[in-house]
Amino acid sequence: MSAPVLKIDELVTEFTIRGQKVPAVRGVSLEVKKGKTLVVLGESGSGKSVMLRSIMRVLPRGAHLSGSITYNGDNVLDKSEAEMRRLRGNWISMVFQDSLSAMDPLFRVGEQVGENIREHRRFPKTTIRDQVIRLFGEVGIPSPAARTRSYPHEMSGGMRQRSVIAMALSNTPDILLADEPTTALDVTIQAQILSLFKQIQREYGMTMILVTHDIGVAVEMADEIAVMYAGKVVEYGDAKQVLGAPAHPYTQGLIAATPQKGKRGRLQVIPGQPPAITAMPGGCAFASRCRYATERCRKEMPPHTQLAGGHMTACYKTEDGQALAQLVRQ
Amino acid sequence: MDDSNTILEVSHISKTFRSKNIFGRTTSEVSAVNDVSFRLQKQRTFGIVGESGCGKSTLARLVLRLIEADGGRVMYQGHNLLALGGEELRKLRRDIQMVFQDPFSSLNPSMTLLDNVAFPLWVNGTSKQDGRIAAHRYLEAVGIPRSSAERYPQSLSGGQRQRVAIARALVLEPKIVIADEAVSALDKSIQAQALNLFHELQQDFRLSMIFISHDLHVVELMSDTVMVMYLGMVVEVASVEDVYAQPYHPYTQALFKSTPSMDVTHKKLDGFKLSGELPSPLNPPSGCRFRTRCPMAMETCAEHMPELIEVGDGHTVACHLYGEADVARRAI
Ligand SMILES: Nc1ncnc2c1ncn2[C@@H]1O[C@H](COP(=O)(O)OP(=O)(O)OP(=O)(O)O)[C@@H](O)[C@H]1O
Ligand SMILES: Nc1ncnc2c1ncn2[C@@H]1O[C@H](COP(=O)(O)OP(=O)(O)OP(=O)(O)O)[C@@H](O)[C@H]1O
Ligand SMILES: [Mg+2]
Ligand SMILES: [Mg+2]
Repeated sequence: MSAPVLKIDELVTEFTIRGQKVPAVRGVSLEVKKGKTLVVLGESGSGKSVMLRSIMRVLPRGAHLSGSITYNGDNVLDKSEAEMRRLRGNWISMVFQDSLSAMDPLFRVGEQVGENIREHRRFPKTTIRDQVIRLFGEVGIPSPAARTRSYPHEMSGGMRQRSVIAMALSNTPDILLADEPTTALDVTIQAQILSLFKQIQREYGMTMILVTHDIGVAVEMADEIAVMYAGKVVEYGDAKQVLGAPAHPYTQGLIAATPQKGKRGRLQVIPGQPPAITAMPGGCAFASRCRYATERCRKEMPPHTQLAGGHMTACYKTEDGQALAQLVRQ
Repeated sequence: MDDSNTILEVSHISKTFRSKNIFGRTTSEVSAVNDVSFRLQKQRTFGIVGESGCGKSTLARLVLRLIEADGGRVMYQGHNLLALGGEELRKLRRDIQMVFQDPFSSLNPSMTLLDNVAFPLWVNGTSKQDGRIAAHRYLEAVGIPRSSAERYPQSLSGGQRQRVAIARALVLEPKIVIADEAVSALDKSIQAQALNLFHELQQDFRLSMIFISHDLHVVELMSDTVMVMYLGMVVEVASVEDVYAQPYHPYTQALFKSTPSMDVTHKKLDGFKLSGELPSPLNPPSGCRFRTRCPMAMETCAEHMPELIEVGDGHTVACHLYGEADVARRAI
């Protein structure tokens, strides 16, 4: 098996809210192998975007990181800001969730994408312009040459999102962190973007972490899936196992809550709210909403239990799985 | 259709954006919305789907007069909103609220969440105190805990911000809500809560809704009637049951085909290739605007723009495949 390109170990990301330190990511360990895609699913506010921003080291002032993020053998957290600037947008790039507002309203979108290439590569101006037009075509922007001259407000939501994707891909990155890159896109364009990602992966071995709310997208893209809840990974494993036989009650609820063809009227929801990050409970953060929860769940944080085939979950309900995992290990 | 049940009627509305160079000469034209008509029924939900850039957001902004239409009418309570001005327009427009596609730029970063939601009330003359009380109620309804009300938008996750935007649209207790991709940034369990919330509010406040989404499952779940747009034009309108049971227009059919499935063993996109030239609103194809990507395109499609014809009860489609013959067959 190939070694992981990116390895996250016990990552903790804390913010300061009204003088109080609050953790948004609470000890996440994950790894992604070269050319593979890790899909991150999870509750809104569970720390998915903060985790990706931690990898890029683009966090607001006052944020504190600990643990390690290893890329090509180096710990990203030890790098200087100058070294990070060389990595960002070049070796590692990110499509931000707020991509719709990521563009500078005062400059033409083509110039902005070109600027990202110019920052890292020495190409003549005309080469860069051609490259931007080619990229716009690849992400499915109609009339790409004319569109490079549009200002952000002259584009539809989906077109702006595609130009941000073009920008992230402009230097053929080693690792692409994509935070809900296709939410503003209709299914036909989404299909085109996802196939473009796959094509770049095949040709250049690009590694991806993809955050999505769309289980259909996860099915399409994921080699492995991590499910986050309240700053922790509660389930992790091969995509087929996680979606086909979800082990954690949260994952099960998430799949049940997804609108599907033929369903109308009220959706099944997971009752209750996730805890606020300023008031994390001591035990399992999902316990207050979990129908299987016991006294123990509320008091102690369940450790990761190994199920068959590298599938892991943090839930006491699956402790039977522990026995199974031990059998597998022997 | 029964007129007394119509709350909003849009007829023949169009918008072409013109970019001008520094000499004031028009350099490019985007036909964003072309001769669109539809009716919103009282307490019903009208879904709009269609490819990115087909004019959905523009249509919504035209209805609200955030941008000026080139022509057409928007009738609400006996008035043409496009012809009104000043106080009259302001009063009627309060009844129609919009949840914008982009939750990040639609909130004011220098106000707390609570004040962001209370603000529209203050603007409309409610006292500080009463505004905040109401804002608390709506924030709670969309699942933002009381303890977070004093936080600022920048410190929220994407989904949290979107919920605040929904609360802000509802706080004025509008009669019509236009939701532009209002739930696409939410994770599925929050999305389910938000959709259920829309359902409940629709009943409690007798809301009528225009629901814009590219997610066919969401539209199916929410809408009574669905309108499918392509490059600024309406290609199909039908009840949700009909359009899902039997989509007529080749574009509507293509939309269904490219929806990712939930079936774990089935990856549809392996080997996926988009066929045909992607058309551009900068330079729309002659005749039917979908013809460059249509597997069934015929000669006549390049020559004539198909008109909307009725193929079933309240089911209309604009496609040359269904000509007079179908209409005649129905007549018999
Ligand atoms: N700059 C910040 N200051 C304080 N808290 C923050 C900041 N950014 C994020 N948070 C908090 O950290 C938590 C995780 O946020 P994050 O944006 O990672 O969520 P997410 O999983 O991406 O959710 P979504 O699916 O809604 O985008 C949230 O509770 C959020 O309010
Ligand atoms: N202010 C503007 N100036 C020039 N062109 C514009 C302007 N606003 C929109 N357009 C153009 O009008 C067309 C329709 O845009 P619109 O935002 O309505 O699409 P949409 O259907 O909402 O797409 P999406 O699903 O991507 O949000 C696009 O070609 C867009 O570039
Ligand atoms: Mg996020
Ligand atoms: Mg739009």
